[in-house]
Amino acid sequence: MRLRVNVDAAPGRSPRQAIPFLLPALILLAALVLYPLVYSLIRSFFDASGNEFVGPRNYVDTFTDPRTLTAFRNNVIWVVVAPAAVTGIGLVLAVLTERIRWATAFRLVLFMPMAISLFASGIIFRLVYDEAPNQGVVNAVVVGVHDMFSPASQYPGARPRDGYARTDAGFASIRPSRAGDTISLPLIGYSSQDVPPQALPASPPAAGTGELRGVLWLDVSVGGRAGSVDPTERGLPGVAVEAVRDGQVVARTTTGDDGRFTFPDLGAGDVTVRLPAENFTLPFRGLTWLGASLITPVIISSWIWIMTGFAITFIAAGLSAIPRDALEAARVDGATEWQVFRRVTVPLLSPVLLVVFVTLVINVLKIFELVFVIAPGSVQSEANVLALQMWQVSFGTGGDQGAGSALAVILFLLVAPAMLFNIRRFRRERS
Amino acid sequence: MGKQWIALLALTAAACSGGAAGTGTTEDLKGQTVEVVGPWTGDEQKSFEQVLKVFTDKTGAEVRYTPAGDELPTVVQTRISGGTPPNVALIAQPGLVAQFAKAGALKPVNADVEKAVTDHNAAVWKQLGSVDGKLYGFTFKTANKSAFWYSEKAFQQVGATPPATWDDLIKTSRAISETGLAAVSVGGADGWTLTDWFENVYLRTAGPDNYDKLAKHEIPWTDPTVRKALEELAKLWGDPTLIAGGALQTEFPKSVTNVFGEPSTAAMVFEADFVASIITTNTKAKVGEDAKFFPFPSVAGSKDAVVAGGDMAVQFKDDKATTELMKFLASPESGKVWAELGGFLSPNKDIPETAYPDAVTQELAQRIVDAGDNVRFDMSDLAPAAFGGTKGAGEWKDLQDFLADPKNVDGIMARLEANAAKAFGK
Repeated sequence: MRLRVNVDAAPGRSPRQAIPFLLPALILLAALVLYPLVYSLIRSFFDASGNEFVGPRNYVDTFTDPRTLTAFRNNVIWVVVAPAAVTGIGLVLAVLTERIRWATAFRLVLFMPMAISLFASGIIFRLVYDEAPNQGVVNAVVVGVHDMFSPASQYPGARPRDGYARTDAGFASIRPSRAGDTISLPLIGYSSQDVPPQALPASPPAAGTGELRGVLWLDVSVGGRAGSVDPTERGLPGVAVEAVRDGQVVARTTTGDDGRFTFPDLGAGDVTVRLPAENFTLPFRGLTWLGASLITPVIISSWIWIMTGFAITFIAAGLSAIPRDALEAARVDGATEWQVFRRVTVPLLSPVLLVVFVTLVINVLKIFELVFVIAPGSVQSEANVLALQMWQVSFGTGGDQGAGSALAVILFLLVAPAMLFNIRRFRRERS
Repeated sequence: MGKQWIALLALTAAACSGGAAGTGTTEDLKGQTVEVVGPWTGDEQKSFEQVLKVFTDKTGAEVRYTPAGDELPTVVQTRISGGTPPNVALIAQPGLVAQFAKAGALKPVNADVEKAVTDHNAAVWKQLGSVDGKLYGFTFKTANKSAFWYSEKAFQQVGATPPATWDDLIKTSRAISETGLAAVSVGGADGWTLTDWFENVYLRTAGPDNYDKLAKHEIPWTDPTVRKALEELAKLWGDPTLIAGGALQTEFPKSVTNVFGEPSTAAMVFEADFVASIITTNTKAKVGEDAKFFPFPSVAGSKDAVVAGGDMAVQFKDDKATTELMKFLASPESGKVWAELGGFLSPNKDIPETAYPDAVTQELAQRIVDAGDNVRFDMSDLAPAAFGGTKGAGEWKDLQDFLADPKNVDGIMARLEANAAKAFGK
């Protein structure tokens, strides 16, 4: 007993002896961590050239620049949403996969995205969320589901040449018509190659007493006259046409193969001929995922895809360390699986969950590549985050490394509490 | 024996240096290495390396090419800060060249290079490379940014001919949109395409003098001439039947394949000569047959003018090998090598027209040479990068917002002016 105390205490308590052993590590730390840290701090008080001391001006500029404020707001959204989502999903998947036979294989698959660089993942998600449904898989699915329930219109984008006003209900004639009139309705904005094969050459109908007649055709102005039926032009079959009187639809018909349509008994009085909008609705193209309003959620979703594997691995490790008898005891006492999860598993796991969460917060604060790669140039300022802003300011735009250093210091101050928290936790666990 | 060897060596050395003074074809720079940083990657990198190989064969100097892509300003800036600049860089932003020159990072070119630049180029190009009266560089590769590329098939379908005026362009666009095809595909996800649109219209509506003033921010962006140009642009951009959908999510290469790929969704795309190489690599369309171009139309009776871009060769060191390389790049000889490989235009008027591989390229090159001093350099590249060259900021972002809402002329002008004032004020 006495001997052990002597051996332990003597070398450890002599600082003079410790210094030579600590020196290599201290030099490395000073050169690689301390020096850049202090230099960034000093640099942040100088102007772009680095020669002139400007005091806190870089910080004032930073906090009055609307781009930084957007970046700041986005960082807040990231911190609030992303780590919690990843921890939550990771917890659920870890608990669920614990029960299945191929748990390791399953976790391996979920962990795989971690093996891809963030840059490459960004490019993948850039394509996944592409707006064109023939490229972006998300929009391909959205469009597919949408078209299953409401099929695309027959003549997307077509419109009357003139004389019709665009309303919510469709194209309404500006001039009224009445029984006995004939209407010619030239449509444009549709490719003549896409006209259905059953379409026949169009010709204006003869006027009929008591009937409102008309012809609706694809008006090709090349090689013919605009607004009149040329011999080669064909009628557009299957277009719905409505007669409206005092805001009420009084008759409805569809065009025949030669584009003709007839309203047999309209009675007396004027009607407005209207082409309902559903004839011409543009095909549904999905959502603009990479547009200004959805860009941050989209980037967060890809980060969740990448980081979930990380959370699962840590939580699964913590899960295997939970004493089985605690779970067994709860089950024997009649707890449901949900109660076991809620009252036993989660509380026992909470130290691990906290570490995962805090690590993710740190990770999120320095998010850069995903935003840089996924956001198209037109929305990059809407998707901006502090780390990207720091890089752009320091190196991108004429290189103001003073202002960039100020941003770096701000970013450091934001990360520091999370790091301190983690360090203190580790220390407490050890003691 | 030993003496003989020494004599032989001396003789060889003498022969070498003698040759250099005369024709410059001997390998007197053997063992020296020159590093060049340029923006070109992929096929362009291969072509440029061919050019450099000719130099190596001529002089024996080793040339190491570092492709920096779009991040070239960052790369060069960082290298300068670190005290290890490359020997030569090819920089697309004259504003950045001026910035480097003023900071003393650049070396002025020597008399031989200056003579070559004066002899082979119109005066406007020499002005472009000069800062405070000293010549620092010259445009090695240029881009003709005043071209509308159109699908021959789509034009035939409506019987259209290449429009000569802006109003004709809009008329043709309407006719095309009647066939259910969008008239123009705009690559609005990239901001620089939009600045090129604006510059072409502005050069025509406001004239070269105002163009120069606006480029230096001597007149504000709230000037009536800017309003006029934006309003002309809005005639086209403001009509949703004329512009292919999702323009703000369309990157520049996509805007080209929208027109020439299958299925095509638009009939025309505006941009520079390098559209041709995108057509060739990404679509089945043949340049000159299926894909043709017409010069940017005249707006309100304006005279012919060309907006050009280009990569300026500048030197950060002035050792012999570097100077020789600059001399070589300024000569028609180097340009001819790349011209024959395609995808290259030069302001150098002494490159024979026949060096360019096809009729389309010949015409594009000829237009730049013919325009002489009426060429104007891309305004956004002349501006500080914070205004004219940053993704999601400055002019790029403001014009993207304008594309999203072409009615908001006043708001955009105010924003452009605010951003310009900030960037030029630094």
